[in-house]
Amino acid sequence: MSSRALAFLVPAIVILAFWLMSRWEARQGHDPTHKSFFERNGTVLGIAFVGLVAFWTLFLVTLPYLYMVVESFHPRLPPAKRGGPEDIATIAQYTSFFVNPTDGAWNTTHMYAFVYTIVVSAAVTFINLCICYPLAYYMAQSGTTQKVRLLMLGLIVPYWVNEILRAFSIRLLLASKGLINQGLMGIGITDAPIDFLGNNTGMWVGLSYANLLIMIFPLYNAIESLDKNQIEAARDLGAPWWKIHRDVVIPYAKPGIASGCTMVFMLAAGSLAAPLFLGGPRTLWFTSIVYDFFFQAFNWPRGSAYAFILLAACIAFVMFMLRLFKVKLGEAIR
Amino acid sequence: MSAGVELDGVTVRFGNFTAVNNANLNIKGGEFFSFLGPSGCGKTTILRTVSGFLDPSAGHVRIGGQDMAGIGPNKRPTALIFQNLALFPLMSVADNITYGLRVRGLSRADRDKRATELLELIALPGQGQKLVSELSGGQKQRVAIARALAVEPQVLLLDEPLSALDLKLRQHMRNELRAIQQRVGITFIYITHDQGEALTMSDRIAVMSDGVIEQVADGKSVYDSPETAFVASFVGENNPFPGKVASASGDSAIIETPFGKLRGLNPKKLKAGDNAILFVRPESLKLGKGPDGSTFATPVLNAAFEGNMTHVFMKGAGKKNITVTVGRHGGTAIPASGENGTVHYDPALGLVLPEGKMARE
Repeated sequence: MSSRALAFLVPAIVILAFWLMSRWEARQGHDPTHKSFFERNGTVLGIAFVGLVAFWTLFLVTLPYLYMVVESFHPRLPPAKRGGPEDIATIAQYTSFFVNPTDGAWNTTHMYAFVYTIVVSAAVTFINLCICYPLAYYMAQSGTTQKVRLLMLGLIVPYWVNEILRAFSIRLLLASKGLINQGLMGIGITDAPIDFLGNNTGMWVGLSYANLLIMIFPLYNAIESLDKNQIEAARDLGAPWWKIHRDVVIPYAKPGIASGCTMVFMLAAGSLAAPLFLGGPRTLWFTSIVYDFFFQAFNWPRGSAYAFILLAACIAFVMFMLRLFKVKLGEAIR
Repeated sequence: MSAGVELDGVTVRFGNFTAVNNANLNIKGGEFFSFLGPSGCGKTTILRTVSGFLDPSAGHVRIGGQDMAGIGPNKRPTALIFQNLALFPLMSVADNITYGLRVRGLSRADRDKRATELLELIALPGQGQKLVSELSGGQKQRVAIARALAVEPQVLLLDEPLSALDLKLRQHMRNELRAIQQRVGITFIYITHDQGEALTMSDRIAVMSDGVIEQVADGKSVYDSPETAFVASFVGENNPFPGKVASASGDSAIIETPFGKLRGLNPKKLKAGDNAILFVRPESLKLGKGPDGSTFATPVLNAAFEGNMTHVFMKGAGKKNITVTVGRHGGTAIPASGENGTVHYDPALGLVLPEGKMARE
C-alpha cells in the first residue's frame, strides 16, 4: 500500500474510531431523557449538518494538509512514474534545504532567505508593536469617543482596499519619481531620488502597514478593560508616565500584546505581496521561494517541505517568545 | 507631618455644568474632615481637584500654604484611596503597598522593611506575599490604606472607601480608620454620602448640595444647628412644617403652618412675612398635649415598632408624613391608626429656617 493511500485512510480510521467510541458510551450510560442529535434536528437536517461539517473539516482542512505532508516526503516525479518503483518515501526534500542536491554544497541561498524572513518578520512585529501600543492606549484610555471613532475609521477603511492594490499604491508613493521622492527633492533634502524600493524600505513599510490592524485590536481589547483608577492610582503614588506603562499597563495588557505579536509575526513570515511588489530585486523572501517551487518549478514535494520548515520554525519561535515573556499559550490565543 | 488644605474660591466647571461653585474652606493640619452630600453634589470633584487630577476653573488649592496650580497628582503631598480601591491585581500585597516607594527608587531591602512595618500597622503581618485576590474585602481595604500611607503623604484623601463593604465591616472600619488617623496624625479628607460615617469619624463636616458648600461645622453643630433647609433635611431625620413667619421676637419666631401657629428658635433672624420652614426632629416630638404654640393634632397613619423605640407616622401637610419617635418607656399610649393624635414639642428644639431646597427623600 502506498503512503499516499495511507494518508487518506488515516482520517477515515480516526472518524470510525470516534464513532464507535460514541456508540459504546451511549450504550454504557443510557439516559432515557437524552435526545440524540438526529432526534433533536430531524433526520434530513441532521444528515445535512453532519455532512457539511464533515465535508468542511475533511476535504477542505484535513486532507489538503495531510496530502502536503505526504507529498513533502516524496521525490519529484513526472505523473507517469508516480506510484512506480521510484516513488519511495524520502527526506531528501527536507535535506535539500540544507544541502544543495545538485552539487552537494551548503544551500546558503535558501538558508539565508529563511533566516532573513524570520528576522525581518520579528522586526516588523516589533515595529508594529511600537506603533500600535500608543495608538491602542490612546483609543482605549484617553481619547474622546468622537476622535476614537474617527481614528478607528481611518485605520479600517484602507483595509477595504485589495491587498495587491494597496501594495502597488505604496509602490507608487515610494517610486523614484513617486510623490515622496518628488517632495524630498522639491524641498531640497536630496538631489537624486532615493531608491526606497531597492533598499527594501518599501517592503518594511508594506509589511508593517499590512499587519497594523492585526496588532491594534488585541492591544486595544486588552488595554480597554483596564480600570482607569489603576492608572490614576499609580500616578497618585508618584509614578511618572513611563513607569505607569511599565508597571501597570503593559503587565496587564501582556496577553493582548502576545496575541497581537504572534499573529503579526505569523502573517508577516507568510506574506507574499509586500516582499514581492515592494522588496528590492535582490531580496529573497522565503515565502516567495515556496511560491516559486509550486508555480514556477512545479516541484510540489520540495515546496511543501519548505512550507513545513517555515511553519515549524515559526511555531518554535513563537513558543520560545511566549516562554521568554512568561505568557501562557491559552492567554495569547484568547 | 501633616499639612492643612485651603480652598480659595475654587470653582470647577465641565462645559456648561458647574460641579463645584466657589468653595472656600480651610482644613486644618491633622484634622479628620468630611465632605457629606448626596451623589452628584460635587464632593468627588473637590477631592479630585485637591489630589490634582482636575484643575479648578477658577480659584486656588493650597496645601501646607503652597499653591498647587500646575503641580500634577504624582508631585503633590497627597495620597488618594479610590472608591473601588484600585489595587494592582498582578502585584503581591507587599508590592502593592510599596509601589509608591519603588517609583521613588527605594532599594528592595528598604521596601521590604517598610512593607513589614505597614503590614503590622494594618494588622496583616506576614501576608505580604499573598495576591490581592486572595484577601477579603476588609483586608483589601486595609491594604489600600497602607499603600497610600507608605508614601508618607501629608494629606490622605478617601473617596467613599467603605461603600463596598457590608454593614458590620463598615462600622468596624469606621473605628479603625479613625484610630489609624489618630496614630499617624495626618490630615484626612473623607468623602461620603453616608451621614453616619461623617458624624462618627469627623472633626468637622462640610455638607454639600449641587456644588455648593452649605455648612461647615462639627458633627454636633451640623445635627443640632443646621443653617439651611437642605442641611436640616439631609442630616438625620427631620419633620418640616413650611409656612410664613407670623411674628418674630428675640430668639424665637412664630410661624403660620397648616397645623396652626407654631413656635421655634429663629437663628437666621427672619422677619414677619418671610417664607420659612419649621424643623422639629422626630425624637423631639412627643405625644400628648403641651402648651399652645407648640401643640398640634393630626391623624395617625401607622406605627413601626423597632424594639428600643417606635416610629409613629402621622399625616403631614404635604406628601411627607410626620414621624414621631417614641421611646420604650414614653408612657403615653399610641393612638390607633386613623384616630387623631395630639403632638407637642419643646419650642427650644424647633428651628425656623429660611425656605430653601430640601434633600430628596
